[in-house]
Amino acid sequence: MQEEIIKNIILGEEEDYLINVGPQHPSTHGVLRFEVSLQGETIKKVVPHCGYIHRGIEKMCERDTYPQIIHLTDRMDYLSAHMNNEAVCLCVEKAMEVEVPERVTHVRTMLDELTRIASHQLWWCAMGMDMGALTTFFYGLRDREHILDIFEESFGTRLIQSVNTPGGLMQDIHPGFQKRVKEFISYFRKKLPEYDQLLTDNVIFRERSEGIAPLSREDAIQYGVTGPSGRASGFSCDVRKSEPYGIYKKLNFKEILRTEGDTLARYKVRIGEMYESMNILEQLVDNIPEGDYTAKMKAVLRLPVGEFFQRVETSRGELGVYIVSDGNKTPYRVKFRAPNFSNLFVISKLAPGYKIADLIAISGSLDLVIPDIDR
Amino acid sequence: MTFNIYDFTELTRSIDDGLKAVMSPGWALFTELVLIGLVFLILYALIGLFLVYAERKVCAFIQNRLGPNRVGPVGIFQTIADLIKLLMKELIPIKNADKLLFNIAPFIVIIASFMAIAAIPFAKGLHAIDFNIGIFYVIAVSSLGVVGILLAGWSSNSKYSLIGAMRSGAQVISYELSVGLSLLTIVVFAGTMQLSGIIESQANGWWIFKGHIPAMVAFVVFLIASTAETNRGPFDLAEAESELTAGFHTEYSGIKFAFFFLAEFMNMFIVASMAVTIFLGGWMPLHFGTGNLFNHIMDFIPPLVWFFGKTFVVIYIMMWFKWTFPRLRIDQLLTLEWKYLLPINLFNILFVAFLTLMGWHF
Amino acid sequence: MENNLLKQHLEGLLPEAVFAENKQYTEVLVPSDKLHAFCERLKASPELQFDYLISLTAVDWTDHFMLVCHITSTAFRHVLVVKSRIDDKEKPVADTLSDVWKTAEFHEREVYDLFGIRFRNHPDLRRLFLDDDYGFPLRKDFTDETRMIVK
Repeated sequence: MQEEIIKNIILGEEEDYLINVGPQHPSTHGVLRFEVSLQGETIKKVVPHCGYIHRGIEKMCERDTYPQIIHLTDRMDYLSAHMNNEAVCLCVEKAMEVEVPERVTHVRTMLDELTRIASHQLWWCAMGMDMGALTTFFYGLRDREHILDIFEESFGTRLIQSVNTPGGLMQDIHPGFQKRVKEFISYFRKKLPEYDQLLTDNVIFRERSEGIAPLSREDAIQYGVTGPSGRASGFSCDVRKSEPYGIYKKLNFKEILRTEGDTLARYKVRIGEMYESMNILEQLVDNIPEGDYTAKMKAVLRLPVGEFFQRVETSRGELGVYIVSDGNKTPYRVKFRAPNFSNLFVISKLAPGYKIADLIAISGSLDLVIPDIDR
Repeated sequence: MTFNIYDFTELTRSIDDGLKAVMSPGWALFTELVLIGLVFLILYALIGLFLVYAERKVCAFIQNRLGPNRVGPVGIFQTIADLIKLLMKELIPIKNADKLLFNIAPFIVIIASFMAIAAIPFAKGLHAIDFNIGIFYVIAVSSLGVVGILLAGWSSNSKYSLIGAMRSGAQVISYELSVGLSLLTIVVFAGTMQLSGIIESQANGWWIFKGHIPAMVAFVVFLIASTAETNRGPFDLAEAESELTAGFHTEYSGIKFAFFFLAEFMNMFIVASMAVTIFLGGWMPLHFGTGNLFNHIMDFIPPLVWFFGKTFVVIYIMMWFKWTFPRLRIDQLLTLEWKYLLPINLFNILFVAFLTLMGWHF
Repeated sequence: MENNLLKQHLEGLLPEAVFAENKQYTEVLVPSDKLHAFCERLKASPELQFDYLISLTAVDWTDHFMLVCHITSTAFRHVLVVKSRIDDKEKPVADTLSDVWKTAEFHEREVYDLFGIRFRNHPDLRRLFLDDDYGFPLRKDFTDETRMIVK
């Protein structure tokens, strides 16, 4: 039985034209393989195969102490590295009932939003590239550089910050942080309309994204598609709203929701989120409270016996951290509910009936980061 | 032997006379053919190298970058360095590929573009052959290149290559119609298919100005269709690097890949020079009215400068397309041709025929 | 929804459900043969509407496996932790939830890949990340001398 299923899936029906998109392919953004059955140019079936970059992070977590685990999470969704860090920190802090200084939550939220903008900028670059508009790549990276410079100035790291630690931050922000963030906001407010001019309002882009691969709200919930991809279908899944953490409770921001659920809607939600993130940053940048940048923590962290779950909104969706502790300094079991993991498999529902070029556009609009799927 | 940069007729005739004086007419013809071949080979290589460099600089300019800037002053020798690299690269043999077709495909592509360049008039009296059906010849020869692309895709024994080749076949055959029809618009105006004749007919004004709206429409259609015919972005579906890795030339390496690469740039040059010859007056200078000072200054600029200047403007426009637009999808590509460009073209040509019949053009 | 009210509803759905201590969410322990029917009712019940499965995973407690599902309602936003104990360590089997929540299909494939728990009626139970002959690494008795560093 099992063999037969595998055989059918690998060989497909006789008249199918099977191509492998990946694991080495310019548009899978990593080592992911889509097994695509074609009829002419039209896709009949897509089977995603993953595991090419499975590193066993969950197993490694059972071996490492809590501060060490944080640095493994960087390597999952490297574009929202800070949110991944924060999720583990929040979970550990909640378990140990540590009161985190207000300055820390404030700065963490700011870093969250900066990371979200940087991540969406890179997504925009790659989305344009997937569609064949090569110039977008340089426009997006040009602006992303400003955010990475802010990170570099404060923490010395650019892509993954690794600055979180249970109880706070490893180091305080640079004195020039506020000024740099303000400069960035005023700069990016001017530059973001360029994105619309270059890609959003382009006729060919519109033709290729409008009405392509619509995902209904019910399917989005069924498949657990979260983040901007889910919100494009009208699935209100923003954890910042539904289970606020940090200081999101006190902030005034909109959850960008659309109802069409097609490729263009997924695109527009992310563009809208960049504006919204800038709004959040503007609310925060002027009133960072003074105080310690970390709470007093014990040298060796031991969580009380029990199970702890923390949901965080990363730039791609909902990240869940599930820690089972038996009272030791290493966790008994750690599970990461990765947003990309659920977002990936919906592609086998979305793509059939569309062309190969659409498959690339759809996977671009889902904004997959492969290491997060495999972990 | 007189040398006149405004008229090469005397120069070529004197070379012909000189050769015939020292050898029999048959040998003289043979020597001339060899000479022309050599000149075109050098020209081909030079234009190819320059266009690759120009594309990289234009693309860098559009993308907020500097482009090549290390090899030589402002990176001028970058393409030569790339050429040396490509020459020294291994030619990877493909297991289970059709060896013969796999090896001749790049040559077919490059020969097609080489043949087309023969009919292009660079200046007065400076062209290899002046056919009386020059336009037909160029249309016929330039579409031979797709045979090479199809063979390359088929013989590589790779699925990506085959999809790329299929796309390319559908695309080139479709857009061939629009290219031909838009050129015919001007043939109706000029009343000749000879390229030199068409240029002479533009002595008192380029067809794009003289030909009312239909000539403008035909020019725009020609630009779109010829960009599609040369497989350049936003119509680069045959390569489509984000979908098919590299399309029909996925399996090629080294100098064979360089042949495809060079042929693409030369095809761009050929269609641009055709656009210039047919619509923008070829090597004719820009004139307004008759006998004023502006016209005299324009006449002072040599025809070769005019020709290459206009050609590179058209090439710049085509590069601009590539670096700003996303790629079309195959069905949209065919829709654009069969539902929009072709009907527009057919009505346009009817309209032009009517205008010419009534004598309502300049 | 209030914790107590939720518990009342759940008891109505399944009398033998056992509630466990959990500071954060309501947690309920369900016998493994009743799990599928219970989840179907959770989703269908108009007062609860648990329509979104956040995560499905398992924990190896050396003498038994524990399936852990975090589910929530997009309408009411209450979160429930459903647990189910699998005692058979040799050939662990559970009912699939993929017909209730589609996303469970892939979470179950992951659980099968890493724990070796088979799911009855699963439409496409293949290993997700690892080779077919590789062991089940998240089991506590798993060892791989060449590729694993044990502290």
